[in-house]
Amino acid sequence: MADYQTHEHDVLIIGAGGAGLRAAIEASRTGLKVGLVCKSLLGKAHTVMAEGGIAAALANVDDRDNWRVHFADTMRGGQYVNNWRMAEIHAKEAPDRVRELESWGAVFDRTPDGRILQRNFGGHRYPRLAHVGDRTGLELIRTLQDHGIHQGIDVHMEHTVVTLLKSGDRVSGVLAYERERGRFKVFKARSIVLATGGIGRAYKITSNSWEYTGDGHALAYDAGAELIDMEFVQFHPTGMIWPPSVMGILVTEGVRGEGGILTNKDGTRFMFGQIPDNYKAQTADNPEEGWRYCQGDKDARRPPELLTRDHVARCIVKEIKEGRGSPHGGVYLDIAWIKEKLPNAAEHIKRKLPSMYHQFKQLADIDITTEAMEIGPTTHYVMGGIRVDADTQMTTTVPGLFACGECASGINGANRLGGNSLSDIIVFGKRAGEYAAKFAQEHDAGSVDQAEVEEAARRALEPFERGAKEGSSAEGPYKVQYDLQEMMQDLVGIVRREDEMQRALEGLGKLWERAKRVAVHGHREYNPGWHTAIDLKNLLTVSEAVTRSALQRKESRGAHFRDDFEAKDPAFGSVNTVLRRGADGGMDVRLETIPEMPEHLKEVIKEMQ
Amino acid sequence: MKQATFSIWRGDAAGGKFQDYETDVEEGMVVLDAVHQIQATQANDLACRWNCKAGKCGSCSAEINGIPRLMCMTRLNALPLEKPVTIEPMKAFPLVRDLVTDVSWNFAVKKRIKKFKPRPPDAPDGSWRMAQDDIDRVQEFRKCIECFLCQDVCHVLRDHHKHEEFIGPRFLVYVAALEMHPLDTEDRLAELKEAHGVGFCNITKCCTTVCPENITITDNAIIPLKERVVDEFYDPLKSLWKFLRPKKY
Ligand SMILES: Cc1cc2nc3c(=O)[nH]c(=O)nc-3n(C[C@H](O)[C@H](O)[C@H](O)COP(=O)(O)OP(=O)(O)OC[C@H]3O[C@@H](n4cnc5c(N)ncnc54)[C@H](O)[C@@H]3O)c2cc1C
Ligand code: SF4
Ligand code: SF4
Ligand code: FES
Repeated sequence: MADYQTHEHDVLIIGAGGAGLRAAIEASRTGLKVGLVCKSLLGKAHTVMAEGGIAAALANVDDRDNWRVHFADTMRGGQYVNNWRMAEIHAKEAPDRVRELESWGAVFDRTPDGRILQRNFGGHRYPRLAHVGDRTGLELIRTLQDHGIHQGIDVHMEHTVVTLLKSGDRVSGVLAYERERGRFKVFKARSIVLATGGIGRAYKITSNSWEYTGDGHALAYDAGAELIDMEFVQFHPTGMIWPPSVMGILVTEGVRGEGGILTNKDGTRFMFGQIPDNYKAQTADNPEEGWRYCQGDKDARRPPELLTRDHVARCIVKEIKEGRGSPHGGVYLDIAWIKEKLPNAAEHIKRKLPSMYHQFKQLADIDITTEAMEIGPTTHYVMGGIRVDADTQMTTTVPGLFACGECASGINGANRLGGNSLSDIIVFGKRAGEYAAKFAQEHDAGSVDQAEVEEAARRALEPFERGAKEGSSAEGPYKVQYDLQEMMQDLVGIVRREDEMQRALEGLGKLWERAKRVAVHGHREYNPGWHTAIDLKNLLTVSEAVTRSALQRKESRGAHFRDDFEAKDPAFGSVNTVLRRGADGGMDVRLETIPEMPEHLKEVIKEMQ
Repeated sequence: MKQATFSIWRGDAAGGKFQDYETDVEEGMVVLDAVHQIQATQANDLACRWNCKAGKCGSCSAEINGIPRLMCMTRLNALPLEKPVTIEPMKAFPLVRDLVTDVSWNFAVKKRIKKFKPRPPDAPDGSWRMAQDDIDRVQEFRKCIECFLCQDVCHVLRDHHKHEEFIGPRFLVYVAALEMHPLDTEDRLAELKEAHGVGFCNITKCCTTVCPENITITDNAIIPLKERVVDEFYDPLKSLWKFLRPKKY
């Protein structure tokens, strides 16, 4: 068997996005030995791509805001299947976490009186998103990175974890490979935090990078953790659609926050005709009022373009399906029109949305200060994920294993509000780090089983063996990945139905078989073909989880929309879908009743209605 | 369908060569698309870094037709496709394989720079007051995506290999962002002059030219830092320096 290096840490964090970095910083405060492993270089994780902002009820722009409003907004957006305790903690702690970023050097845009500026976003009642132009994620990750490197954290960049190792019930380490040389390494730890982000690569059209193959979800599931609410995958309403090579790249909701409007090929602002009843009271019913809202008029209600993402995405799909789309199969997003309202509109747009300006100019030859953009929905975020305890972020079934950030689930329910992820990752990243450190202090190191390590390493190397044995006739990993993405997009996408999802399940069965036979060639050094082959297992696991959960939820709620059950069903309003590996190795799905909300939170909801 | 040839450097520290690949070209494609297409169909093991494919993460740096650029932001229609497009790794860093270089030196350099040290908060809730006007410059510097293209093009590193004595334009921008941060109270001028080697920069401005974030590295970051160092350590020369380099801001 190949030899491998071993590293020992007290706490091991997997993932260096906002969640992982924040967890590492917190854990390192205790003086414990903290390790941080990530697939890419430091500072390149997905968090860097976030644009619009970070939601926290700082009340700097509108003093009516407070945690109660933020909590109620989050629950309404999530259609009440959220973990209410997580939503409560999140709303209460987000302001402190944002201020803490400032104390570590973050430089947010300012209000006229010098405080952190906040902008409007879909589903948030008041301007709540602290931001830096449209590069908020960069500010967040760089701040955490630059602070974190002085905390004595051992960072292992470009290492991919392939298996969690257990000692009895609890986790005791991981097996990873190093991208540069392809060597295996074992990281032993008393507690482990998963902060691996999302699953967007399971779909063809996505705003997510190659890293988003659902590794954390699959690692946790394989180790016996539960996954919940996997049917809730967020399709962001505005992704680029033209030219083909940029399809899926995100167009921030900030464009609509700054006054951008959605129109169809006839120039109609179709969202005005699509306001759901439960949002009527707080949505503008004419363009004038919508514009005033974007200009900060506190008496105005928000324009319908800023309704929740699930709803806006479906309205766009409807326009396109009914033949009112743009030439390349999307609709128009227009910010250039504000020149009717503002004298220096072009400058204003460039200052408020610099990277959008840059992105369209450079990638699509479109000047957004003079022309409308063509956009369509793109796979963006997964609300579902690893089930954790709300306060400590420890998984419900595997002691010592924690999860936070996008790979964990609970706070968002059926639909995430924009800006709630950047706040989620620092609020729960901190908690995960804190409680993982506590666990490490209270427990001895578990043992690592040599045979388990060797077996995991052998499995990871199988694609090479097949490449050597069967010659070039065996299928490579890219085609399998591509077929999976295509199938998920078609059959388990924005609009779902029983028969299509059953077909997807059959398709997944075949893809699993193909994945077991893929072959790769070349060396182990920095070989993306091999990495793709290894990731297939994770992508297939999360795809199956999404499909099985979606079949189980026979209603439409939030991001999960079923053609064959178009309405919301109150019976499903009080349950989560829970997945776990069954005794026979298959995926068991069950519905579990959400514990009742305590009185003080019920009152908040009632009060905010 | 239209085709184009890409001449991609293949090999590792021990040696290698350019290898030609032909691939289809569609409207709107960028260099990274071509590399991915080649990777998926002809060279599964072709090594390159990327993440966001939107110019936001700074992973996909390479030299395209000899110029340091982001592969994901370089449109094919902006390149002459009659002849092969050459794609090779950055030169200022040791090669790992194909288009991937070992940039770990950059991470080590950053660790040596003294971290942000804010003044006490202005308000009881632990927050500060800063005017937008006072942070515009710092925000310009904080746009940096750490693509290290400026490090790659700077002759002090690329040709003279002063990695031990000079932190390079990226980290001069980083120091400038800290030094000009309205809340920061740390003093980094002594290091700037000695360990960080600001004096090695002779203001060729090549770094500014390649920066994909359009940060005015030389004029806005490096020259003001040089002036601060001069003010601090070479007082008698101060007037002469100012004479040679009038303040622009
Ligand atoms: C284009 C875009 C714009 C967005 N804009 C906003 C916004 O404005 N506001 C907002 O709130 N949210 C936004 N989001 C969502 C938000 O950015 C993400 O949900 C959030 O950043 C996730 O952070 P994270 O720390 O959980 O994961 P990430 O930042 O994705 O980090 C995951 C980490 O895990 C590592 N990893 C993964 N698998 C492994 C493995 N097997 N082994 C080792 N390491 C591994 C990765 O290398 C990476 O370091 C946006 C998302 C996108 C794609
Ligand atoms: S201006 Fe200075 S830092 Fe920039 S490339 Fe020239 S010598 Fe290097
Ligand atoms: S300053 Fe510009 S060129 Fe240099 S690393 Fe930053 S973004 Fe890249
Ligand atoms: S892939 Fe992120 S900058 Fe090119």
